[in-house]
Amino acid sequence: MTTMPDTLGKAAKALASGQISSRELVSTCIARIDAGRHLNAFVSIDAERALDAAAAADRRPPAERGPLNGLPIAIKDIFCQSGVRTTAGSRMLEHWRAPYDAAVIERLTAAGAVLLGKTNMDEFAMGSSGENSHFGATRNPWNENHVPGGSSSGSAAAVAAGMAPAALGTDTGGSIRQPAAFCGLTGLKPTYGRVSRWGMIAFASSLDQAGPMAWDAADLALLLNVMAGVDHRDSTSVDEPVPDYTASLTTSIRGLRIGLSADLLGDDVDADVRATVDASRKVFESLGATIVPVSLPTALAGVPAYYVLAPAEASANLARFDGVRFGHRCADPQSLEDLYLRSRSEGFGTEVKRRILTGTYALSVGYYDAYYLQAQKIRRLIRDEFLAAFSNVDAILAPTTPSPAFALGEKTDDPVAMYLQDVFTIPANLAGIPALSMPAGMSGGLPLGVQLLGPHFGEAKLLQLAHAFQQATDHHLRRPAGVPA
Amino acid sequence: MAIDAEQVRRIAHLARIGLAADEADRYIGDLESILTMVERMHAVNTAGVQPLAHPIDVTQRLRPDVVTEADQRESYQSDAPAVANGFYLVPRVVE
Repeated sequence: MTTMPDTLGKAAKALASGQISSRELVSTCIARIDAGRHLNAFVSIDAERALDAAAAADRRPPAERGPLNGLPIAIKDIFCQSGVRTTAGSRMLEHWRAPYDAAVIERLTAAGAVLLGKTNMDEFAMGSSGENSHFGATRNPWNENHVPGGSSSGSAAAVAAGMAPAALGTDTGGSIRQPAAFCGLTGLKPTYGRVSRWGMIAFASSLDQAGPMAWDAADLALLLNVMAGVDHRDSTSVDEPVPDYTASLTTSIRGLRIGLSADLLGDDVDADVRATVDASRKVFESLGATIVPVSLPTALAGVPAYYVLAPAEASANLARFDGVRFGHRCADPQSLEDLYLRSRSEGFGTEVKRRILTGTYALSVGYYDAYYLQAQKIRRLIRDEFLAAFSNVDAILAPTTPSPAFALGEKTDDPVAMYLQDVFTIPANLAGIPALSMPAGMSGGLPLGVQLLGPHFGEAKLLQLAHAFQQATDHHLRRPAGVPA
Repeated sequence: MAIDAEQVRRIAHLARIGLAADEADRYIGDLESILTMVERMHAVNTAGVQPLAHPIDVTQRLRPDVVTEADQRESYQSDAPAVANGFYLVPRVVE
């Protein structure tokens, strides 16, 4: 079991050379998922289906093998997978089977990937700790008394615990990058419109974006190559050429300009986080990059603006859960009104209701201008400040989170304290720009991440910078106790 | 930012979420603290700034006006809470 390759890159090589079969890889993943049940990383596992797909990948003639042939990947339970229970971490969808595959599921499957199962998550992707799931909290493999981050909590925990070499997540305000940082992984939120949202259960449609989570940037490139590209079923998908992200990984970063903003290193940042950003800056300088100060004066107003825009969009998106067409329906409804009220009250958890109420308030008569429009204006200021910065730098280096993973239960009674966890990740979602988090240090036995943010469709350069960093450092090679490297 | 029970009931009604009495009390405090945090937004000078709804400057694509979806009623209704003869069932709304 200890000989299992722990990254997609190593697994692909081992498969190509015949050292291991996909069936062996997938069996090992399933055994580890089983052994790590207490982490609560998965909501649904269909071992037979995964093993059949692995066997099919092993039998596939070499000429028909896609770039991910036989590679096991865990899927956040927000992506529809045909015939498979797809819950979004909610009681509302506890028994719902998706009637079709999400666009990214189609693409992964066509590339030969073996889908291992559906990972736990904060309900409808609303949360920063993994504690808002109807199926219970997920634990952090680095310290089981701590949260893995959220909302892609199960995906992060699954990879960190060695249950899967890579996973899919989604990121509306930091839901890929924050759990990646808390679990010592590399995670990428692509440009808004880079990856199709078709078949991905909607939270805030102008912010949601799917992306890969893995140990290193090379694996993210492999996955993004498959995931990215236009899809006419998603009207916000952008028809922009998809470069070969793997081919450009090893290009030298000498001469690249990296912005550093004092606006994203305020007083509320942990000393260890600050030291990690500083150490990362020095690594980039030693690799020949130039550090340039940039100004992002409105970035920190992103949290209040986001907590108007995202709940407002959520309140509209989640109106579809009416107890009529799919999902939870209350017992013995007395009237149509009673059916709506009780089905939604019973089907949604506390945080989801909190956000629907906040969003409904912000959109209601008399408050729309002061809340929704003001938030959209701040959104433009933040985006324009990023665009101005990127006229002078190739990427921006920033912390991913204000602190390392906090303890389970520590912030569950204070929604605002939880929301402020996303202070450094939210600006990229508002601006629609790509952002990557990679492990860059440790604090009290828990991993810390740093972010690289880039201009729209600048994923190749972010991956190239992260890869260069990972060739020169070993943060991405650290594993939790008991997880073989 | 002061919110009262009546406002929470009104919003919950607009959102069609049934709230028990003790639940409504809980959301008063939550919404007050969330809206107090959100109020920080008003310190930002946005005079003359146009609202931004979409982060990428692209225009909506048009496609030929042709049928692209096949009929999947049976598949979609197979997971519906209550259906009969291809229709979704709800409590009687017209006496």
